[in-house]
Amino acid sequence: MTTRIFGSGIRRREDPRLITGQATYTDDISLAGMVYAAILRSPHAHARIRSIDTSAAKSAPGVVAVYTGADTDGVLNAIPCAWVVPDSDVKAVAYPAIATDTVRYVGDAVAVVVAGSRYQAEDAVERINVDYEVLPANVHAELAMNEGVPQLHEDAPSNQAFHWVAAGGDTDAAFASAEVTVSDTIVQQRLIPNAMEPRSAVASYASAMGELTIWNTTQNPHIARFVTSLVTGVPEHKIRVIAPEVGGGFGAKIPVYPWEMITAFCSMKLGRPVKWTETRSENYQASIHGRDHVQAVDIAATRDGKITGLRSVVHAAMGAYLSTAGPGIPTILHGLMYSGPYDIPNIKADIYGVFTNCTPVDAYRGAGRPEATFLVERMVDLLANELDMDPVEVRRINLIPRFEDGFDISLGLTYDSGDYHAALDKVLEHVDYENLRQEQARSRGEEPAASEQAHHDHGHDHGHDHGHGHDHGHGHEHGHGHEHGHGEETSQQPSATGHLLGIGVTTYCEICGIGPSQVAGAVGFGGGLWESAIIRFYATGKVNVFVGTSPHGQGEETTFAQIVSDELGVPVADVEVIHGDTDNTPMGWGTYGSRTTVISGAAVALSSRKIKEKAIGLAAHLLEAAEEDIEYEDGKFFVRGSPDRSQSIQDIALMANVAWNMPEGMEPGLEASAFYDTPNFTFPFGAHVAVVDIDADNGHIVLQRYAAVDDCGQQINPMIVEGQVHGGVVQGAGQALWEGAVYDDDGQLLTGSMLDYALPKAHLLPEIETLFTVTPSPHNPLGVKGIGETGTIASTITIYNAVIDALKPFGITRLEMPLTSEKVWQAIQQSRGA
Amino acid sequence: MFAPEFDYHKANTVAEAINLLASHPGAKVMAGGHSLIPLLKLRLARPGAVIDIGGVSEMKGISINNGSIRIGALTTHWEIQSSSEVQSANSLLAEAAGGIGDTQVRNRGTIGGNLSHADPASDWGTVLTALGATLEIQGPGGASRTVSPTELIVGPLTTSLGDNEILTSITVPVLTANQRGEYAKMSHPASGYAVVGAAVVVDVDHHTCTGARVAVGGATPVPVRVTSVEAGLTGKELNNENITAATSLAGGDLGEEILGDFFASAEYRRAMAAVEIRHALFHATGVAHH
Repeated sequence: MTTRIFGSGIRRREDPRLITGQATYTDDISLAGMVYAAILRSPHAHARIRSIDTSAAKSAPGVVAVYTGADTDGVLNAIPCAWVVPDSDVKAVAYPAIATDTVRYVGDAVAVVVAGSRYQAEDAVERINVDYEVLPANVHAELAMNEGVPQLHEDAPSNQAFHWVAAGGDTDAAFASAEVTVSDTIVQQRLIPNAMEPRSAVASYASAMGELTIWNTTQNPHIARFVTSLVTGVPEHKIRVIAPEVGGGFGAKIPVYPWEMITAFCSMKLGRPVKWTETRSENYQASIHGRDHVQAVDIAATRDGKITGLRSVVHAAMGAYLSTAGPGIPTILHGLMYSGPYDIPNIKADIYGVFTNCTPVDAYRGAGRPEATFLVERMVDLLANELDMDPVEVRRINLIPRFEDGFDISLGLTYDSGDYHAALDKVLEHVDYENLRQEQARSRGEEPAASEQAHHDHGHDHGHDHGHGHDHGHGHEHGHGHEHGHGEETSQQPSATGHLLGIGVTTYCEICGIGPSQVAGAVGFGGGLWESAIIRFYATGKVNVFVGTSPHGQGEETTFAQIVSDELGVPVADVEVIHGDTDNTPMGWGTYGSRTTVISGAAVALSSRKIKEKAIGLAAHLLEAAEEDIEYEDGKFFVRGSPDRSQSIQDIALMANVAWNMPEGMEPGLEASAFYDTPNFTFPFGAHVAVVDIDADNGHIVLQRYAAVDDCGQQINPMIVEGQVHGGVVQGAGQALWEGAVYDDDGQLLTGSMLDYALPKAHLLPEIETLFTVTPSPHNPLGVKGIGETGTIASTITIYNAVIDALKPFGITRLEMPLTSEKVWQAIQQSRGA
Repeated sequence: MFAPEFDYHKANTVAEAINLLASHPGAKVMAGGHSLIPLLKLRLARPGAVIDIGGVSEMKGISINNGSIRIGALTTHWEIQSSSEVQSANSLLAEAAGGIGDTQVRNRGTIGGNLSHADPASDWGTVLTALGATLEIQGPGGASRTVSPTELIVGPLTTSLGDNEILTSITVPVLTANQRGEYAKMSHPASGYAVVGAAVVVDVDHHTCTGARVAVGGATPVPVRVTSVEAGLTGKELNNENITAATSLAGGDLGEEILGDFFASAEYRRAMAAVEIRHALFHATGVAHH
């Protein structure tokens, strides 16, 4: 057999159109008679609307219509929360598309202007006069439930959105009898997802047919159709949602927002196509944010490092309203993952969702699991610190041993497969961990073992080879690029001018590839989590694959073609994958939770296998042989023992399509449809290492090295897998080092643009070293696991732990993210003063 | 991100631009547009008219005569960065230009536009203060005057330019064989702007400092000369100990008003001014540090 296309790192077929400007995004859609909407948003985090005067706007040049909450109230239904987690008293508060009497965050919609041009619409928005009674705001998750804090919703006392508890074992007993306990308060700061393409919608309502078409930059067009039907009242079969090219999502394009519902409302009222595209400023204010937890955590262990218990009390901000999947993120996708890759017998997660006068919070890459992995991995490092053990040793003691088919953790999940020790060993060997620790000891003025000197020189060079970010990474640029090489440093006790070397090691395991649908129902997810795929062969032997998921950067147009090519022997170039349009794709629940390759890919494989079954039947007929005598290899069906008596898959496709000579009872055509619901989630895992250099002079952190060993089971396209790890690691590094949405006490977003909200930049990062182990999942037909979020899930805490490790000589055990130079510098100053 | 309505006028000469300014009260001058256009798009600036001077050729280009480098105000950062004449006549100018924004910004942004915008986080104000630059301003009727950078920049986003005046050129001395210049900045990880920037020009005679000009920006509302460092260094041998000693009091030399925000407090910026000056001096003089 020739080299398999499955497992081959072929180039992404998506890229040529993206990099040559031939992709069509929602904002590129232009329809005859189209008008433009602009939304007036609240400048206050919390205010009562006394009155709105739209008369000046209505008479402004080019204005077609101005609508307020009074117009949409009772016409548009409330925006629904689609993840009402059971047994947690979820307060599904009213979430009107346009505010009627109260605004609850800066960005809440107050009115919409429709005009002949975008400029006219923006000019008219300024002419709307709103009389607000400004109310005090509540912006801090950890304070939201306190007495006297401003209340957002009458039917959510104490601003409590929900209270959810998950427990396994007997945590109280574990802590009562613990030999050692360590506690910490962890702040998962609020993050702003930054897709290159902001949100956009074009709505076109044809009143004669009662049909609504929405071009919508979404990760899940079928869910968007479902919810659009609920909100607008247009029957689901009369709605067509098209996700054209979608320029990134990272979770922020899962929710159904008020904005596209408002756009649809305008089109239905006016009988004209209406386009709405947010500005980047609006994107920052009014597309969902991520994270925003305050976690009080305790870990219990024996003196020799065996973890016996873990418990948390978490306050997770929901923002002003419950976004589509909001409540599911800090509960099901967070609290259930506190065991990580470890066998922890007693766990309790006690999670409060709280309302704050801030932008709603929903899924952002990793969605709950970065917050869980951070929590677990931070506590393991703190435990190691307390026990004066190497953090790697504590991990080795607690990692679940290798398993191939199911391991039940105390919180009730069954992990699919894992080999955590192998991943850890591999990454430690790759970075030469022993040597890094010795280098660190020397840099701290501690005497390294003499016998290790030979290793030292090797490792020293190694560090420099990989320290690509070093001379630029300071954010500290000198005209001619003088390096602050830490290699110049001599051994010193922590001093005013020293460089500090830090090493962070993380082992993680995460839950993704969501389904199964039965579990979705049990955990209150307002939909199914299966997928379907249709494969259609044409007479020329070319193939279309139609899927219900909606990839938007993950590369499944390429990987799904590889699956079909591998299963049926057609050249990969002959397979085109169609997605994103509810009128021509089968039902599916969308692209998120690292599920597309796992669930939708399985549906593609199963459809391929149905095609093959039919092709064998037709081949037998054409070759005048019995079906059981037909063998298949590399796209050819032949009679056993007579390889020259064969039909290619293309021959079969032609004969099936013309149907001149079909066997008795066989339908014409070569097309198959399969539905796939998974029996379990997938649990990818890995071990990551970060090496940082800190300049004690100014607190600057340079990420010198980042090495990731990940295991996502079988890899369909290793190049795409590697790309997902790269992007994921960088996004997680962003949270550790640079990113953070900042609100002032009045609820004004201070990080309102990319001038203040710092995204990761290439010159601040080292080369990401990617390595893999392969432990197939036994729970899906391809043996694959999700890889879209692992980098983000692991890298934030890996880098954080490295920074705290660097600061160990100062006795510093915690800092709040993002780890800015000033925070590091202040902590060092305080340590010196103490 | 949609600008309010404004009238657009294109000037072809300095005189034409000044006449347009005089006949359109409240108008804004646009050079590369890198400061004005974002302000327009955020609707923070609402000039009735924009006078585009981007095509005024007499304000472009670099010439070097008699120890002076004359740079037209419309010269882009990229042109300064990439000019081999500037690189050899005054490496500090070229290097500072190369550290501004990114390639796209440097391709469009101009030195005169940058100075006239008077952003406290700008690099040019600090660098040109240390270099002792002279700025030429033209006004109505062919009037012309010269000012120093600190005379031009009088506050955050505030200059001493009259309503109908335009900054037309910048003149900078060529660095002598004994002079070393360096600019060190701690840049904001989001914007790339200077949180603290320090520029030094040091006269060196056999490892001894015979004179120094030191300026700090970013941390302060306007560029500030740091005289304690200048005095502390002059006459001293340039070594780690003397540089560290001379810079130790720099933070106290910056005046009462230090900028601060949630990213970097005033306390931090004040402390970092000394650190950045030290870094700039180490690099300028080749003294090994740490």
